Amino acid sequence: MVVTTHRPLPKVLSDIQQEMEQHALDYGLDFFKTIFEVLDYEELSMFAAYGGFPVRYPHWRFGAQYDELMKGYSYGLQKIYEMVINTDPCYAYLLSCNDITDQKLVIAHVYGHCDFFKNNAWFSHTNRKMLDQMANHATRVNQHIDTFGYETVEMFIDTCLSLESLIDPYLPHIRRTKKSESKADAKKRSDAEGDNAGGRFPAKMYMDRYINPEDILEEEADQKRIKAQEMADQLKFPKERLRDVLHFLIQYAPLEDWQRDVLSIIRDEAYYFAPQGQTKIMNEGWASFWHSTIMTKHGLTDQGLINYADHHSGTMATSPNRLNPYKLGIELLKDIEERWNKGQFGPEYENCKHMFEKEHWDKDTGLGREKIFEVRRIHNDITFIDTFLTPEFCYKNQMFSFGFNDSNKTYEIQSREFQQIKQQLLNSLSNHGRPAIYVQDGNYKNRGELYLEHDYLGVELKLDYAQDTLVNLHNIWKRPVNIETVIDDRPTILSYDGKKHSTNSKEKK
Amino acid sequence: MVRRIDRDQQRFDKIIKGKVRQQLRKYINHGEMIGRKGRETVSIPVPNIEIPHFQHGEKGSGGVGQGDGEVGEAIGRGKSDGDGQGQAGNERGQHIREVELSLEELADMLGEALELPRIEPKGDDQLTSKKDRYTSIRPTGPDSLRHFKRTYKRALRRMMATDNYDPKDPVIVPAKDDERFRSWKTVSEPHTNAAVIYMMDVSGSMTDVQKEIVRTESFWIDTWLKRQYNGIERRYIVHDAVAHEVDEDTFYRIRESGGTRISSAYRAADLIIKRDFPPSMWNIYCFQFSDGDNWGEDNSECIESLTQNIIPICNLFCYGQVRSPYGSGDFIKELRKVEEEFENLILSEIEDKEGIYGSIKTFLGTGK
Repeated sequence: MVVTTHRPLPKVLSDIQQEMEQHALDYGLDFFKTIFEVLDYEELSMFAAYGGFPVRYPHWRFGAQYDELMKGYSYGLQKIYEMVINTDPCYAYLLSCNDITDQKLVIAHVYGHCDFFKNNAWFSHTNRKMLDQMANHATRVNQHIDTFGYETVEMFIDTCLSLESLIDPYLPHIRRTKKSESKADAKKRSDAEGDNAGGRFPAKMYMDRYINPEDILEEEADQKRIKAQEMADQLKFPKERLRDVLHFLIQYAPLEDWQRDVLSIIRDEAYYFAPQGQTKIMNEGWASFWHSTIMTKHGLTDQGLINYADHHSGTMATSPNRLNPYKLGIELLKDIEERWNKGQFGPEYENCKHMFEKEHWDKDTGLGREKIFEVRRIHNDITFIDTFLTPEFCYKNQMFSFGFNDSNKTYEIQSREFQQIKQQLLNSLSNHGRPAIYVQDGNYKNRGELYLEHDYLGVELKLDYAQDTLVNLHNIWKRPVNIETVIDDRPTILSYDGKKHSTNSKEKK
Repeated sequence: MVRRIDRDQQRFDKIIKGKVRQQLRKYINHGEMIGRKGRETVSIPVPNIEIPHFQHGEKGSGGVGQGDGEVGEAIGRGKSDGDGQGQAGNERGQHIREVELSLEELADMLGEALELPRIEPKGDDQLTSKKDRYTSIRPTGPDSLRHFKRTYKRALRRMMATDNYDPKDPVIVPAKDDERFRSWKTVSEPHTNAAVIYMMDVSGSMTDVQKEIVRTESFWIDTWLKRQYNGIERRYIVHDAVAHEVDEDTFYRIRESGGTRISSAYRAADLIIKRDFPPSMWNIYCFQFSDGDNWGEDNSECIESLTQNIIPICNLFCYGQVRSPYGSGDFIKELRKVEEEFENLILSEIEDKEGIYGSIKTFLGTGK
């Protein structure tokens, strides 16, 4: 039974909403129609547990998430103020017990997100009708549950979820491989090549060695062998290493139809959520930039000031061992706006050696606003940091890089040098902090084994998790599975053959 | 109306309780893992269930932070970081989740794990108590039992029917006939209260380790008996050469030293039973824990007191002998001699914490 939470916005809030919407439009934000709903905390937690969607397939992890949110809230440890989902129209959920200043702030913040969803290039391939899509997924999974039983399907979903991160986040934006040859084409080609390649002409016995001379035949046979080898090379499977492991499994793993369906559902949803991981800093930074701009210029009343300051500073709080994406995002956007307003960019500025002059550089170019709109359109977190992080910014914001010291099991500050901070930041952002993994061979050792490769960038895999994940992978592939990674600076292959795990150093070729 | 999330949450609940059930032996043996919370529920910390992914470990990991600090300064321990999606390169720490279980659920799990039989209370027909229940209405009775609402309604109805009711001045005056009174029925309920008497040897040879074992084991015994009976009464006796009745808290904390006379505890137990728990009304359980190091001459008196006075009136008499580095552990040998004669005398030797599980099963496995 669907429990509807749709109720009209109370007059006070709808007035605020209209006011905030107008401010947002005046500043040039551009968004899909945004529908606000007011929920109590229980309902909001429910939506949050479901990733913002009212209807998802049944799974315990949503329950676990919900439980965690509710407990965190009742113990006063955490609170969600708002949720927005990337659809057209956009849906945004407000928490009913927020006071008016909070609601204003949150609504302004939401319009920032909506604008970002609509305009940022990395979201351009997401399905804006995901609400319906999710509901369809739920229906499909429920059908499978009716046919095959709850626990069977649940167990398989667990298996799939374990692999959900094995997608290629750039796939929607690139066409990597050529369209595969259709069956008809392939047949035609093999017909054409087939018969004339060697073989004997029909001949009477006594004429045979004249019509089909041995040496010619041998030569032809050799050529055939070479050709076959070339064909075999072409048949290398997959031809080039693939990032989208899930797609590979859907295509080639021996799955039943319903399993294939479930796996593709998990994959679809992983792709839908991927851009949000790729743009966390920018997205939150952008939304925070706009709530602070709109609130401080228009929305604040005298009695709301303290509350606003409290809420805003809470959101922007930093801690030494965790980077706050809201803080980094908003500060970097402000920095860009200021630099482009003052003309602190381009070769002339870059090459200026005079520190004082550089610090007080102001050409009054006034391009800041325009620049940050451009930034929000084309960048994701990685390109954003790569392009706009400056030594001055790092210094001003007291940034440092830290690393894990294996000898005493603590995280220690490693450096305050710009290059190292930037490198560390980019590393930890790449692939949303997850290891990048490729399918290298689907027929490893010519025994149908699966061979994955971990792109080692200096951080090792968590071994116990990797082994558990291999077990799940084996459940799907049904033949031994291997992953090449690096342990203690040595290339190592972790394998699981359905019965036991093994760890072997990779032989040198 | 069942919301989707409730269904998912229930499913999660079931899974996580299943985890507790699977590992119950561990929780039984390490009682200190159980944080008692209130009277009705316990919360048990279990490692969170996680779906494994290929993810980064700690070695070689790092991130970027903001704030003061010199290069080389430590900013946090590994695995300490609680929340966050690893945005800064820090892995999500291993969450511990508290599962809340009611004592009943816990008892059921215990029963299931140990395959404990349900207890059949002794002498059902004799052990009844009478209770008054207000179940009906009658036209006469004392004013203190007058049913005001019914009386008022009847009066109102009568006044309206006789056209004496004035909506502008709605005064209702009940007449004698309007009055209704609550009426009771006496029912006899099977009386299934249990009395549990714990006895512990606190002589010098019992160390904290032994007491911890006793504490853990009595917690589980309590839990199980509570599930089986409507209410249980507990009494605690500690003894060295003399016995004292103490409260629960003291029982677990006290540390005495000196010799051991087990018979003193038996006398105290006998006294308590005579005073508080007439055997015809109560299911009596005695649990005695000792390291078995008794004053030699006392043994015959013990056996006599036990076999004459206590065992005949108990549902169960359980003796748990905790292995101690100092005690001789001879007392159980004395009891073994008479074990055959009484089927409600249960003996168990507890080597160490790991032995608690088996010991509970021995004690409660009889279904008495």
